[in-house]
Amino acid sequence: MASEEMEQLVRREYKDGFVTDIESDTLPPGLDENTIAFISKKKGEPEWMLEWRLDAYRQWLKMEAPSWAHLDYPPIDYQSISYFSAPKRPEDRPQSLDEVDPKLLETYEKLGIPLHERAALAGVAVDAVFDSVSVATTFKKQLGEAGVIFCSISEAIRDYPELIKQYLGTVVPVADNYFAALNSAVFTDGSFVFVPEGVTCPMELSTYFRINAANTGQFERTLIICESRAQVSYLEGCTAPMRDENQLHAAVVELVALDDAYIKYSTVQNWYPGDENGVGGIYNFVTKRGDCRGDRSRISWTQVETGSAITWKYPSCVLRGKDSIGEFYSVAVTNGRQQADTGTKMIHIGEGTRSYIVAKGISAGRSDQSYRGLVKIGPRAKGARNFTQCDSLLIGDKCGAHTFPYQEIGNSTATIEHEATTSKIGEDQLFYCQSRGISEEDAVSMIVNGFCKDVFQELPMEFAVEAEALLNVTLEGAVG
Amino acid sequence: MLQVKDLHVTVEGNEILKGLTLTINAGEVHAIMGPNGAGKSTLSAVIAGKDGYEVTQGTVTFEGKDVLEMEIEERAQAGLLLGFQYPVEIPGVKNIYLLKSALNAQRVARGEGEMPAPEFMKLVKEKLGYMKMDASFLQRAVNEGFSGGEKKRNEILQMLVLQPKLAMLDEIDSGLDIDAMKVVADGVNSLRAEDRAILLVTHYQRLLDYIVPDQVHVLVDGRIVKTGDAELAKQLEANGYEGIEESVA
Repeated sequence: MASEEMEQLVRREYKDGFVTDIESDTLPPGLDENTIAFISKKKGEPEWMLEWRLDAYRQWLKMEAPSWAHLDYPPIDYQSISYFSAPKRPEDRPQSLDEVDPKLLETYEKLGIPLHERAALAGVAVDAVFDSVSVATTFKKQLGEAGVIFCSISEAIRDYPELIKQYLGTVVPVADNYFAALNSAVFTDGSFVFVPEGVTCPMELSTYFRINAANTGQFERTLIICESRAQVSYLEGCTAPMRDENQLHAAVVELVALDDAYIKYSTVQNWYPGDENGVGGIYNFVTKRGDCRGDRSRISWTQVETGSAITWKYPSCVLRGKDSIGEFYSVAVTNGRQQADTGTKMIHIGEGTRSYIVAKGISAGRSDQSYRGLVKIGPRAKGARNFTQCDSLLIGDKCGAHTFPYQEIGNSTATIEHEATTSKIGEDQLFYCQSRGISEEDAVSMIVNGFCKDVFQELPMEFAVEAEALLNVTLEGAVG
Repeated sequence: MLQVKDLHVTVEGNEILKGLTLTINAGEVHAIMGPNGAGKSTLSAVIAGKDGYEVTQGTVTFEGKDVLEMEIEERAQAGLLLGFQYPVEIPGVKNIYLLKSALNAQRVARGEGEMPAPEFMKLVKEKLGYMKMDASFLQRAVNEGFSGGEKKRNEILQMLVLQPKLAMLDEIDSGLDIDAMKVVADGVNSLRAEDRAILLVTHYQRLLDYIVPDQVHVLVDGRIVKTGDAELAKQLEANGYEGIEESVA
């Protein structure tokens, strides 16, 4: 075929692409501008949103996947992924828990997941998501009275276009990085939170979300805005291993805190890590960034990362406002063949800004884990301070832990403290506990939980209890 | 209660114990003394099940059961408890949590069920008082930032709470000043009972002024070369181990 003809064909396809069968629920694999137009139309988005997505896509085409991370995985074929699939129809899903993998159910049992949530997490077709609907309605009413907006990002694009235009992509620009650009082009859902001036969100945004989260797509987009003196605590994820057929996950989370605002964002991530050979696990490439835009604002990231075959994730804070505070508390656990490259970035721009980093990495099995952290102090950040503590714990002798701290100090009034330790889970500690009558498995979990205590105490109470249980399940059989 | 017969133990290819035989009955307090490197700590470590010690010959039985076949935690559950010379630090794990986990693990293994929390707290507070320890100890991480004396007291506190049948104390007096030693000795003495035995491993005689043993064994070069009563320890203090070694040779 002559290249001219080819070009024509391509152009025609592009032109005709917009009439793709909108009734269909799932797109065939492949990514081009038609795909994006389809998603945008499916979501009932305005024209400007489509343009925004297309702009991201065109920039993405010119970018290359990052290769600097300490990760090893085959190249991803972006044309082999389906970018839009509606949730499975009820008749295609397991009809009851009896049809679900007993191993999965056993894990739920160990984690203490409430009975009524297990079905939803396992993907069972349940009528109207049980009692959570009424719970959700009650929550919505309570939030509405406080003036808090909490809805899906798709709803927000339709119902609050001014807020979206004002804030979306202002923390993580569309072309920030390869995965963020991809997400900007093809995101299908996520959450939107807006807390108006002076309001403290009357509840932790969690329980309701947890159930709905089970069906969130692979390209999640979250935007949280706290106006002056507003506060919110947001919990993402779930301790239960979630069923998901999508291997690639590339989420973007943007947080904006204005003067004196406080956003606390907690994550428990437990995606499927793959089998013992690492086959079938989820690739998790996430861009999370908080913008302390206002003076004395504060953004706190707390994360417990136990799942995924590959994790690439650096929740960061841009400390723009005077005396603003950024915090990062992290526990990352890898077992089996998991790989994680995670850490944070603290960008100090404003005067008197402070940041705290406490990162705990636990490697077991044949897993490999890296902490990567950047502390950057700009020339105007007079009197900025950072404290970093970075501890690695190794279980067994086939795993690895690496630490890559970067510091860029642009003025002489800054104070930076860095502490790092790497230890092998002590034979002596294990022997000590066992010689008191405690089994090896319980001893390991006791020691590991102790190691993570500084981070767990930053989690909301309920989450902390779940996180401990999760750690124990994750590390089952890691020793011996 | 405990019978050690012709025990040979190798560590990294070196034979440390070379045919040790020892019998301890309920109600007795035994002291094992000897020069550095004689194998004193090896004996208690092997009985407790520490890794890296290879038994090449001999047997250890406790109440008729083969100790060497048991898992580490099973030995503790059966009533064998080792007090460490150098107790290890466990950051982030509260002392009270370790105590409770250990006690309940042992009780559950014995089919007694977990101890109700109020009863447990009452027990611990009583024992704390005995060891002249402040309640704040319970909330601190296990041995973290403890002084030498505090660590030793903490070991005895565990003994008092866990109530083993055979308490083995490895150099429990090392690094203690005289006041701390008295508190530790009082704690150990309070453990003395008809149905319980105590095995003290020590380098110095002075501990035995406070905890008077029924039998003293002198361990030299992997074997017990002499056994006597508390008087033997005093002789050792006066003449040193060399005198014994010479008399044996």
